Amino acid sequence: MSETINLTLRVWRQKGPRTQGSLETYKAIDISTDMSFLEMLDVVNEELTVDGKEPIAFDHDCREGICGMCGVVVNGRSHGPEKGTTLCQLHMRHFSDGDTIFIEPWRSKAFPVIKDLAVDRGAFDTLIQAGGFVSVNAGGAQDANCLPVPQEDAEKAMDAAACIGCGACVASCPNASAMLFVGAKVSQLALLPQGKPEAAQRALSMVRTMDELGFGNCTNERECEAECPKEISISNIARLNREYFKAGLFSSVM
Amino acid sequence: MELDAKIPGGHLKDKWDRHRFELKLVNPANKRKFDIIVVGTGLAGGAAAASLAELGYNVKNFCIQDSPRRAHSIAAQGGINAAKNYTNEGDSIWRLFYDTIKGGDFRAREGNVYRLAQVSNNIIDQCVAQGVPFARDYGGLLANRSFGGSQVSRTFYARGQTGQQLLLGAYSSLSRQIAAKKVEMFTRREMLDVVIVDGQARGIVVRNLVTGELECHEAHAVVLATGGYGNVFFLSTNAMASNVTAAYRAYKRGALFANPCFTQIHPTCIPVHGTYQSKLTLMSESLRNDGRVWVPRDMGDKRQPHQIPESERDYYLERKYPSFGNLVPRDVASRNAKAQCDEGKGVGDTGLAVYLDFADAIKRDGKDVIEKKYGNLFQMYEKITAQDPYETPMMIYPAVHYTMGGLWVDYNLMSTVDGLFVMGEANFSDHGANRLGASALMQGLADGYFVIPYTIGGYIAGTSFPEITTDHPAFKDTAKEVRERTDKLLSIQGKRTVDDFHRELGLTMWDYCGMGRKDEGLEKAKKKIQELRGEFWENVLVPGNDKDFNQSLERAGRVADFLEFGELMVTDALARRESCGGHFNEAYQTEENEAQRDDENFCHVAAWEYTGDDKEPEFHKEPLDFENVELTQRSYK
Repeated sequence: MSETINLTLRVWRQKGPRTQGSLETYKAIDISTDMSFLEMLDVVNEELTVDGKEPIAFDHDCREGICGMCGVVVNGRSHGPEKGTTLCQLHMRHFSDGDTIFIEPWRSKAFPVIKDLAVDRGAFDTLIQAGGFVSVNAGGAQDANCLPVPQEDAEKAMDAAACIGCGACVASCPNASAMLFVGAKVSQLALLPQGKPEAAQRALSMVRTMDELGFGNCTNERECEAECPKEISISNIARLNREYFKAGLFSSVM
Repeated sequence: MELDAKIPGGHLKDKWDRHRFELKLVNPANKRKFDIIVVGTGLAGGAAAASLAELGYNVKNFCIQDSPRRAHSIAAQGGINAAKNYTNEGDSIWRLFYDTIKGGDFRAREGNVYRLAQVSNNIIDQCVAQGVPFARDYGGLLANRSFGGSQVSRTFYARGQTGQQLLLGAYSSLSRQIAAKKVEMFTRREMLDVVIVDGQARGIVVRNLVTGELECHEAHAVVLATGGYGNVFFLSTNAMASNVTAAYRAYKRGALFANPCFTQIHPTCIPVHGTYQSKLTLMSESLRNDGRVWVPRDMGDKRQPHQIPESERDYYLERKYPSFGNLVPRDVASRNAKAQCDEGKGVGDTGLAVYLDFADAIKRDGKDVIEKKYGNLFQMYEKITAQDPYETPMMIYPAVHYTMGGLWVDYNLMSTVDGLFVMGEANFSDHGANRLGASALMQGLADGYFVIPYTIGGYIAGTSFPEITTDHPAFKDTAKEVRERTDKLLSIQGKRTVDDFHRELGLTMWDYCGMGRKDEGLEKAKKKIQELRGEFWENVLVPGNDKDFNQSLERAGRVADFLEFGELMVTDALARRESCGGHFNEAYQTEENEAQRDDENFCHVAAWEYTGDDKEPEFHKEPLDFENVELTQRSYK
């Protein structure tokens, strides 16, 4: 059964990418424990609006944990305290009456703040453009069942493909590394026969682009895996490393 | 205005082949001389932008999200249909065509639907080639499951994330074209108007959502793939940013809007639980493969589900529809759930829910099997409701999910404005009055990968284009109108927030233009919407300014359009004096409470033309000719 709780919010407010930000304090009163975290922010924003203040900017869209648009750091944890949960699926029943909650944007050199809690994750798109695809034009494909894929490989590929591109891995990593994101995509395509012809090129190009974009490297902190709302395994990073070394040692691709 | 659907002649099976042959071609070397704007990056938009760029056109692609990977196609769970017949059950292109026409309650064009069924198989091939990790059997071949409105298993799936995987497939192809500089990608842009020069769609005006700047973009053709309008109901399964603005602005510039009252209420969603709620969450229809829908046999039975013995439960879908059982089409399942709740048999705190029970399936197949099929859905349910569906039945209730209506298009997917094409959920064309499960993904990708690449070439090759730039007065005038509208929204500084208006509009639409409609209710809704719209333009409070990342301003523009569009839906619902598919006027029902069509008078597409603010839109009729299927009362018994 639902109940209501009162909270104190400490929210990061920042007007733009080049302005100084700060933590501001707001009260969230009579919050139903059945609300999602974003619905709680909606309630606060409605009150701010009526009071003539600017509502808190935050990204969100599907509110069912799949689009990857939402995400903030809640009390130091990406997407908040629940394991395997996006911010939009985090419910207020996981908080207690009287709690103070710190709410901050993803912090990473590669993800500049746009406003308040919204950041620019365009760097992830640039990474996919560097090789996260199979080069096949519409119209040229053979019958789908001409290409059997062992069920276990298909399942592993799907585990990796479940990534929603939210950026929590980067935000959680002390090095702001995008290795889990890149590892997931490289793994998905390396596990499938469709991805094999371009595997070497893909691994080299995506890793090089990751460096250029200002993401750090992986030092096995495992924070990304712990905070990933889709629980993508760091074994995908290991597979990325294998693919990368294999490409560097044995392929003619630069 | 004469509506010419341009359906090619010849036998149904030959129409698309014949049309592809007859369409004029743009020579490969000339394609690079043409620019095409694609608005939207869902399955239809992403697939189209990628495919047109692969052909050599210069594509400018726009989306409102921060990345083209996020459009709401991503949330589709259950699967995508195709007539592969890998299961050896007797499926065929003809059967998929027939099921789709019948499921749509005979209110879609035969020619379009047959083409959709034809290209369905190419879609699966294309997606597999891209590396979409579809579910596979032990032998490594593709797995299938069944969906509502069909007696064969023809649905391909990637766990409960099929939409995500298909969208990421299209996004990967799009990314490849962005890297190749054939697509110029504009994220966080919202299309606020279409620019028409000498009767041709030649560009768009967008707002840069980060800087607030208005930008003009020109091209030789404009393709809208901007999704559906379910959020007119405020609460729906759509993403928060899904809106009607792009389509509605096109309507106001002369594109006809077809069948706006055809909305789909999805039967299996998590019930509403509070006034603060911002959206509804769907539980995939695939759950009805193994879940059994029931309510207590007796009214007002407040016992917990496990305390109610078998003999005192009513598995009403299995009882009423023995041959389709729990897998009746969505409109039928939704109306039956409402009917049970109206009779006082609803369950849960609000009495607005029915059970979807997996106990028998778990007993039969074991928990592992059920977990493998639906694990992520069960997990999602538990996160939202804090109840474990492995132990206690799910509670579900219908919610607004998809809109079959949309901008009118011909067989080439071109609207009534030359050079303005519309794809996916944003057009009206393939689902009639009710869409079958796993058919939205099919249609979006069919339009994007396999229809528009041909038909847009036919348009470009057969059209002469005056040289223009964004300095043309049409761009200046359109941008000025957009700016004035934005300024107006910001200047009102009233007392009620945008969401407050939106919520009230949604409630009105749900009460009077939702699952069950009545003439007097619709009349009342019309008046209420007009009043609310009047108040909106005097009393809305939009904070901030237009030179900024201003999410309140974004929503204000969308709600302003919903406040006009809602009335168009009601007008259409009033004019369609029959029941069919998702449009159920209570005055027109069979003795068994099924939708009663009136084929003599309403076997047509209702297309509405904008005639001016506060004027009634003008009605146009496109008769539907059925040469290959016999119109019957749908029966799923």
